[in-house]
Amino acid sequence: MTVSNMPLLQRLWFSWLFGLRVLFDGRLASRAHALLEAGGDADALPAPVALERSVVPASPVGSEQTTNGGLQLLSLLQREGRFVDFVQQDITSFSDADVGAAARVVHEGCQRALRSHARVRSVRDEAEGARVTLERAADDVKLVGNVAGAAPFRGVLRHRGWRVEALKLPTVVGSPDLTVVAPAELELS
Amino acid sequence: MSARFAIGIDLGTTHSALACAPLEGEGAVVTVVGIEQLVAAGATATRELLPSFVYFAHESEAALALPWDDSRRFAVGEYARSRGAEVPQRVIASAKSWLSYGGVDRRLGSLPLNAPADVEKISPVEASFRYLDHLNEAFRAARPADGDLAEQEVILTVPASFDAGARDLTVEAAMAAGFENVTLLEEPQAALYAWIESNGDGWREHLRAGDRVLVVDIGGGTTDFSLIDAREADGSLELHRVAVGDHILLGGDNMDLALAHVVAQELTLQGKELDRFQVSALGHACRSAKEKLLGNSELDQVAVVLPSRGSQLLGGALRGELRRGQVEQYLLEGFFPQVAASERPKVRPRAGLTQAGLPYASDPAITKHLAAFLAAHSAKSGESSAQPTAVLFNGGVLKSPLLRTRLLETLNAWLAEAGAAPVRVLPGEDLDLAVARGAAYYGLVRHGRGLRIRGGTAHAYYVGIESPMPALPGFEPPILALCVAPFGMEEGSHAALPPQELSVVVGEPVLFRFFSSTTRRNDPAGNVLEHWRPGELAELPPIELTLPPAGRSVGEVVPVQLQASVTAIGTLKLEALALTPLVPDERWQVELSVRHGAGAGG
Repeated sequence: MTVSNMPLLQRLWFSWLFGLRVLFDGRLASRAHALLEAGGDADALPAPVALERSVVPASPVGSEQTTNGGLQLLSLLQREGRFVDFVQQDITSFSDADVGAAARVVHEGCQRALRSHARVRSVRDEAEGARVTLERAADDVKLVGNVAGAAPFRGVLRHRGWRVEALKLPTVVGSPDLTVVAPAELELS
Repeated sequence: MSARFAIGIDLGTTHSALACAPLEGEGAVVTVVGIEQLVAAGATATRELLPSFVYFAHESEAALALPWDDSRRFAVGEYARSRGAEVPQRVIASAKSWLSYGGVDRRLGSLPLNAPADVEKISPVEASFRYLDHLNEAFRAARPADGDLAEQEVILTVPASFDAGARDLTVEAAMAAGFENVTLLEEPQAALYAWIESNGDGWREHLRAGDRVLVVDIGGGTTDFSLIDAREADGSLELHRVAVGDHILLGGDNMDLALAHVVAQELTLQGKELDRFQVSALGHACRSAKEKLLGNSELDQVAVVLPSRGSQLLGGALRGELRRGQVEQYLLEGFFPQVAASERPKVRPRAGLTQAGLPYASDPAITKHLAAFLAAHSAKSGESSAQPTAVLFNGGVLKSPLLRTRLLETLNAWLAEAGAAPVRVLPGEDLDLAVARGAAYYGLVRHGRGLRIRGGTAHAYYVGIESPMPALPGFEPPILALCVAPFGMEEGSHAALPPQELSVVVGEPVLFRFFSSTTRRNDPAGNVLEHWRPGELAELPPIELTLPPAGRSVGEVVPVQLQASVTAIGTLKLEALALTPLVPDERWQVELSVRHGAGAGG
């Protein structure tokens, strides 16, 4: 399998999900670390999620286009949910109540942005904690714990997983400077 | 090129929507067409709803480019709405309410109301045209193979309570957008068509001869009631729209605003000052808090957070909360109080000359408006019940089960008191999109594919004539109302010619006072009213007739008779017929929505 560069847009999503998983999954983290150390044998990692951009008129997908996609996504999350403001601010000195109040703004806005631009559903429909039998190894299910032997694999579902089934980012029109994910605001009186 | 689609357009006060049904082929397949629009500077997205807002760019801004126009200086839709909070003086909202308001010249550039000098103001008609034009552009972009909306059969919905002038102006906006094949449909009827369409043939099991359906449509800016009867005729079921309510400027936006004020007041009591931006953000925050509380009966309160405007999100945020008790107190008791059937909305006398503004309903209690509507239309018609037997809800506000239940309980209490059975609820779907879907379906009905709701015009129309009495200083001569168009005129029909003659001076515009009634259903053309009950007749903007001097001398007095007809589009046409014609069938059109002042408008 030859692996081309993953477009930045997809990388952004992937790094988001992957970052969380690295944080909570020591085993995955060490695999990723090993991969980086080894100079990046991409074949060792699961294939990227296929993304659909259904309403965007057919246009050549080049690297510039996908960089734009990443910037647009940041701009969208900032516009709807103050995402960049939140992540850029040092929150260590604030109380949980302050962080909680801000989290509501970020959560509500980012949720709205996500729901109106992407369809995200869980990889597995079973409840977490349920006993699940996997008939054969699959790219969308990661085995953890006492991983040995052959399929079928029986275990307890710890995380249902997330899959982006559709993603429709806003279409860029005109020639805006997309690196400005939030313009400065100057109020005239 | 002949039309291939029936296009339903819901041109709403706060949102517009577009639906489409192919005229060829079997069965009704109505689809909602996504509307590409600017959602941020330099970004478009496709949405099911187009917010009915126009924003005018300042010269310091880059063009508000669209994929089909890279030099545009105005925006319609989501971005326009969001700019409304930031730059309110450059944004038009509620153009439709202005379109139906006779207190301003609706062809004169008046919007945005307080626009700065560099904005070229546009008229309510032109704002409506901009929305329609955007829908057309978005349709072409979404379905390049299907051509232009101007080539299709367009069904444009209007509130049932729109008078003849507002309907005319709506058609004028559609004509400006190039839609030549356009028909008007009342929104509550469209909602019922959508219900019929979504039930397939099964709808006949829910409606029987003798049923009277109350349609309650509460949108962002207006509330609209209609009664539709199901009758048996020659062994088959017929639907007749028998009554429509008056125009009530009251809707979901008023409710969000009321809640925002409640929370703002609490914050002020805590010593926190809100600026204009925060008040606007509070409106949005309260809307979503309200929806959470209304949608989940287990929640007791929802936090309402106003983030600081700077890049430091934490620290400057204002935190308030909306409690269930407040929503119940201000929404349920304020807008939907459980009142007796005899309650009527309070009418607040207008305080002299006020600043230009829309005539918002002075009593927010929707249940009182409903009580008044039902009382005015409780006459038994034929075999149909005097009271509603079924109810269909429409409009975004009624997505809330709590509000639907309250309306239903109130209505059923009235019915029980009158000894009538409780109403059945016709389950509507997708209350935001039903009107556009129903309008597209009506396009198929017009081709014989489905049952048509009959009803004709929703108003009777009267021309004011001065009674012959000597002028007395300080007394206005009493006015008589001459019925020129009876209630319920069908499309394509003419009213009888009233025998009364009116005198018109050649070459001079002559204004007549003009009235309408939704309750006087039995006045034939030619009936002259000397007295009427308060509220029975509503005065509309005056109508105007100018006789061209062709063949006559300027200043000559010509006796005419006024004849009303209803066009195929569904608009009222009033013509003056010369009693002594110079040429056979000499007639002049009477202008229903008059321009104020010469040369004005656009």
